[in-house]
Amino acid sequence: MEKRKYQSIVNKYTPKENRLYNALVAFVVGGLMGVLGEVLMELYSYFLNIPVKEASVFMIVTLIFIGCLFTCLGFFDKFVHFCKCGLIIPITGFAHAMQSAALEYRKEGLVLGIGANIFKLAGSVIVFGVFSAYVFGLLRLILMGA
Amino acid sequence: MIYFNAFLFCGLVCLIGQIILDNTKLTPGHITALFVVVGAFLDIFGIYDKIILWAGGGACVPITSFGHLLIHGAMASAADYGIMGLFMGIFDLTASGISSAIIFSVILCFLFQPKS
Repeated sequence: MEKRKYQSIVNKYTPKENRLYNALVAFVVGGLMGVLGEVLMELYSYFLNIPVKEASVFMIVTLIFIGCLFTCLGFFDKFVHFCKCGLIIPITGFAHAMQSAALEYRKEGLVLGIGANIFKLAGSVIVFGVFSAYVFGLLRLILMGA
Repeated sequence: MIYFNAFLFCGLVCLIGQIILDNTKLTPGHITALFVVVGAFLDIFGIYDKIILWAGGGACVPITSFGHLLIHGAMASAADYGIMGLFMGIFDLTASGISSAIIFSVILCFLFQPKS
């Protein structure tokens, strides 16, 4: 009874977000990130004279650097607050998670602070990525060979 | 035309993520982990390769391409070394992303003060 009452009060005062607006912003910002990636890839492969496949590595490193730098300068958090998944799903979200963990735990020391906590938020991506890639790779190896 | 495809694909992935974020109790951490698994899953039958041909850089930017690259490296090494190659090659193609993220964040966190 008490719990239910409390829950209803919590629901009443939880701020309501405009879901349609959020979805639209995420779509536009995410799409622009995709176009930026494509443009960077074309520029690198044109100016450095390398195949597109290698240019994608350059592009990913550039985007990670941009994500890290903007997180350090302090305004990436505001961007993320405004466009949420539009910046979290692209690779900049991965860089942002690592950089903010590094900044936050720096005062706890080098080894126990930065070293132990840098993967605190981004580690789940690597763990589940590697695990699922192994399972699905095994499946593909059994189904259709190498 | 490929710019439009890139916009459409990357935007759609972000849209799906935003809809999941708004309508469930999952946090952004859950969603990125989920999308990596989806990316690896799409690569079982080579679907993601076709998406990359269609959308170009737009398919390389979302976190789904991370799962795709993990399984791609594993399969390339499995072609040479059999089942042990899955362990050996899994980080081959994603190493650039992971190591650059580590190196940049360690260097930059000494140069800047955290803003609260």
